[in-house]
Amino acid sequence: MHKYILKRLLMMVPVLLGVIIIIFSLNYFMPACPVARRLGDAATPDQIRQGRDELGLNDPYVVQLGRFVGNIVRLDFGDSFHTGQPVTSEIAARFPNTFQLALFGVLLGLIIGIPLGILSATRQYSLFDSGATFLGLLGASIPNFWLGMMLIIVFSVNLGWLPAMGFDTPLHMIMPVTAIGTGSAAIIMRMTRSSMLENIRQDYVRTARAKGQSERVVIFRHALKNALLPIITVAGLQFGVLLGGAVLTENIFTIIGLGRFMVDSMHRVDSPVILSGVLFIALIFSFVNLAVDLLYGFVDPRIRSQYK
Amino acid sequence: MATANHLLEVNDLTIHFLLEDGVVKAVNDLSFTLNAGETIGIVGETGAGKTTTALGLMRLVQSPPGLVVKGEINFEGQNLLDLSENDMRKVRGNKISMIFQDPMTSLNPVMPVRDQIAEVILLHQNMSAKEAIVKAEEMLNLVGIRKERSKEYPHQFSGGMRQRVGIAIALACNPTLLIADEPTTALDVTIQAQVLELMKQLKQDLNTSMIMITHDLGIVADICDKVAIMYAGTVVELADKVDLFKNPKHPYTVGLFGSIPDITNDDDELKPIKGAMPDPTDLPSGCPFRTRCDHVRDACAAFNMQKTDVGNGHYVKCILFEGKGV
Ligand SMILES: Nc1ncnc2c1ncn2[C@@H]1O[C@H](COP(=O)(O)OP(=O)(O)OP(=O)(O)O)[C@@H](O)[C@H]1O
Ligand SMILES: [Mg+2]
Repeated sequence: MHKYILKRLLMMVPVLLGVIIIIFSLNYFMPACPVARRLGDAATPDQIRQGRDELGLNDPYVVQLGRFVGNIVRLDFGDSFHTGQPVTSEIAARFPNTFQLALFGVLLGLIIGIPLGILSATRQYSLFDSGATFLGLLGASIPNFWLGMMLIIVFSVNLGWLPAMGFDTPLHMIMPVTAIGTGSAAIIMRMTRSSMLENIRQDYVRTARAKGQSERVVIFRHALKNALLPIITVAGLQFGVLLGGAVLTENIFTIIGLGRFMVDSMHRVDSPVILSGVLFIALIFSFVNLAVDLLYGFVDPRIRSQYK
Repeated sequence: MATANHLLEVNDLTIHFLLEDGVVKAVNDLSFTLNAGETIGIVGETGAGKTTTALGLMRLVQSPPGLVVKGEINFEGQNLLDLSENDMRKVRGNKISMIFQDPMTSLNPVMPVRDQIAEVILLHQNMSAKEAIVKAEEMLNLVGIRKERSKEYPHQFSGGMRQRVGIAIALACNPTLLIADEPTTALDVTIQAQVLELMKQLKQDLNTSMIMITHDLGIVADICDKVAIMYAGTVVELADKVDLFKNPKHPYTVGLFGSIPDITNDDDELKPIKGAMPDPTDLPSGCPFRTRCDHVRDACAAFNMQKTDVGNGHYVKCILFEGKGV
């Protein structure tokens, strides 16, 4: 098991290296110039050239890439062009909010999606099942920024119950988490339903019933545990999606988060922030993937036995 | 009827599956009786309704689409079909238990085998979790699986060992009646013999009554006291084992034994039964076997499938014997 984790961690190195090369190249070939953007329209070509020389932006592609990789290896991520602060502290200041937003969003999705999915499956074709299916379609197709705005209009503007800005207290979190988690809830519900439907028809479920086991235990202890793998998979994917897609929700609710910061940095052509930010998200996503795979093994002994 | 004399008395059990494109008449007016300590073999081709009958006795036929249309299942003097689901749960796994046809899929893949046995013990016996685990390990030992392997999962066992686990689950609460649904079909020949030997042994030691479902007449000869021959969801012939083997009456039974003695012509040539079982959504009127029977006559289409007692509790459902009973 430890060996497996170590192996997986080592396998992240080439993945991240690939990410580094791709984002660096994209950034390199982007026509916008950070120096020109910072100095504004009044800048003379000489000033711009001098600025670019200072930042090493006139060096050849390979030299710049080598320097970038070298810096990362030394864990030197540079300073933001815009604020002059180290990129790491800028990210550290904003990431917790984004992480919580995505995490709570997925948790909300699991808390709503799994029970509804189970009920739908055990009452296939009932009125409840149809209702849940309809809500699921609705939830999966409503864009989360729209839902966010509607929530603000109803609960902040009209009713005045919830704060519309920030992410500091649980009260602040209710609407953003709802906005971002509804789609996940719908997707997790659909997956739970289909996975449960597949499992409650299996022979081992009949065996459990033949023991005289109650229906509740048959569903939860036997069928659900077997149905978990695809549910874990979509939950992990959803977490990645929310992490990367939190920017809209962060904007609407004025949350100081990484997504919003990244978009702002793109407008400012703040290359160090963009590069490190994307790299950081890729790193987190790799860890989420690893966690998902380890969870597989935890749930299913057949997979666990392959983790060597 | 003298219900109290029999451990189990099944009367006119009829189970249908209501599907969109028709009604599958899986079990039709099926009747048989079983005494304490006795083993009955239920023999029939694939699709004859053997598994459905077994699940019907446990009230585990999936519903929908399954529906018990009519019948009685008198077990220890009580009609199981009248029990509440709660009371029925106290019977399942406890007084009546079942060994399933396919050992590869019948165990929960994510639960250690020991826990799967302990589960049924905890449900029906007054034991702590710890005691149940000890009992589960004893059961595993009984079926020849070492204690050290008890924490392993089904995928770590061979088919034969999984079937032994299934047997251990079924026997854990010392059931009065054990239903074994082709317990050896999925196993290879040497393992088959081992599992059968084991079941015979356990049956003797624990004095369990048994319903042995099979399409293997060798197994019947080996382990059963009496035999019910099943065709298209009904018992067409029921007799003591020796009686049935020596003196089969129903043309289908005769066909199953491989040779059809023809009344008009004395050659003893072996013939397989021609044709296939009728589609259970579209059974022929009268006798369902008439489409394959060598002795078919016009009246068969209107035969009411009355059973005839030809002596010694040997019953036949065939027009050839109508009115010729004792
Ligand atoms: N859940 C179900 N839904 C619809 N039809 C079913 C269902 N279960 C069984 N049947 C049908 O009922 C009939 C009897 O099936 P059953 O499984 O009882 O046969 P069997 O005698 O056990 O056969 P085998 O020897 O292959 O195990 C078959 O025609 C089968 O297709
Ligand atoms: Mg069967």
